[in-house]
Amino acid sequence: MLTKRLIACFDVIDGRVTKAQQFQDNIDVASAEDLAARLYDDQIDEIVFYDITASAEKRKIDLETVRRVAGHVFVPFTVGGGIRSVEDMFEVLKAGAEKISVDSMAVRNPEIIRDGAQAFGRQCIVLSTQVKRVGARAGIPSGYEVFIDGARAPTGLDAIEWVRRGEELGAGEIVVNSIDRDGTASGYDLEITRAVADAVNVPVIASGGAGGVDHIAAGLTDGGAQAAIISSILYSPRFDRNLGVRELKAGLAAVGVPLRPYLEN
Amino acid sequence: MIDVVDYRAGNSPSVIYAFERLEIPCRLVAKPEEIADSERLVLPGVGAAAATLDSLRESDLLDPLTRRVRHDRVPFLGICIGLQVLFEHSEEGDTPGLAWLPGRVRRFPDDQRVPQIGWNAVQFTRSHPVVARLPEAGHYYFVNSYYADPGEAADTLGRTEYGVEFASVVARANVVATQFHAEKSGVLGLRLLENFAAWDGRC
Repeated sequence: MLTKRLIACFDVIDGRVTKAQQFQDNIDVASAEDLAARLYDDQIDEIVFYDITASAEKRKIDLETVRRVAGHVFVPFTVGGGIRSVEDMFEVLKAGAEKISVDSMAVRNPEIIRDGAQAFGRQCIVLSTQVKRVGARAGIPSGYEVFIDGARAPTGLDAIEWVRRGEELGAGEIVVNSIDRDGTASGYDLEITRAVADAVNVPVIASGGAGGVDHIAAGLTDGGAQAAIISSILYSPRFDRNLGVRELKAGLAAVGVPLRPYLEN
Repeated sequence: MIDVVDYRAGNSPSVIYAFERLEIPCRLVAKPEEIADSERLVLPGVGAAAATLDSLRESDLLDPLTRRVRHDRVPFLGICIGLQVLFEHSEEGDTPGLAWLPGRVRRFPDDQRVPQIGWNAVQFTRSHPVVARLPEAGHYYFVNSYYADPGEAADTLGRTEYGVEFASVVARANVVATQFHAEKSGVLGLRLLENFAAWDGRC
């Protein structure tokens, strides 16, 4: 049977992985290349890499770091940040990524989803969304609004309407990233994760807030997600104790979450 | 030397990184004359079957590839779309394939999430040099909306279940192909690539 996935997420600035809380106050963790190599050796299922300042600095993604990370990662590798065109996507794929994550740029120009899916296939395009609970109101029936630009700018878009549109345009996976929960270790926002999982037929990835095995398990069961993005729990210096993939998988297997088994030697 | 066929929609860099990690000599090939004297070929792929074949045809790679694999019998590994194009027909775009193997490529039923994305179990149905040293059942990384339904049962080397049971590895003579991304399937996938690099094309 198809198993659930644990995805390590890197927020990268100048080739270094950083860790934020609610999209702010990034602190330095490690070089992206070293951390990727370590997590691959620890049998992480997948890695996603966001060049988080590329978009704000209006520059292209850091392809050299993408290349260096790709040389260590023999599991799926997604890259996002500063992608504006199909040509940008092509460059990132040729640097060794399998998937492209689009977020703020897709809100500004939704056609980039369609163009990317036509050029490289639906499976290549991951629509990442930053969502915030704002309460149901006119134009936001789900009570969750889409934000862009590092959670700074509200868009007036309803989260559920946006992910449906994204799926129609050709997104192959949807990341639901809760702004309220980001870096808080208080658990995924299960309500919006479940609502998105029910609204689309492509795989859904829970993101923002995982602080322990129980949170990940909840995202993959009650939240209805096919994959869970984790970061703090693996490597945040703000945590008293980080957990390895082996330990996480053992904990998740114990509560019945199907995962790719950890291989002992 | 392993020649990895390069075309626009392919994920050939990932395959090159994997062989480099294994310290196996490899190169990207994008010209007909490079394929004409190739000793060992990998056709990676993502995207759609028709686009892949069109791209190979437009680059004049299809004829030398066919000649080298079908006539000269050099070892060939197809990955993902590189498996799907081997059959007679694909439902994706209702398009004819290479017909190196009998059978059709069908779409997964819509009562589950499509595409299938993630790690799924592969059960090998028999021994073969390319799957030597691999556990009889193990997990590999899949990304697919379509699956192969071989016309000849003996061509199936591995089986996987996603709503339907399908052929996730096929093999006949000097041709072997995986629906999963061996280059992105961790230690087990790398081992499969290592096996392919050492295979003489016979089984």
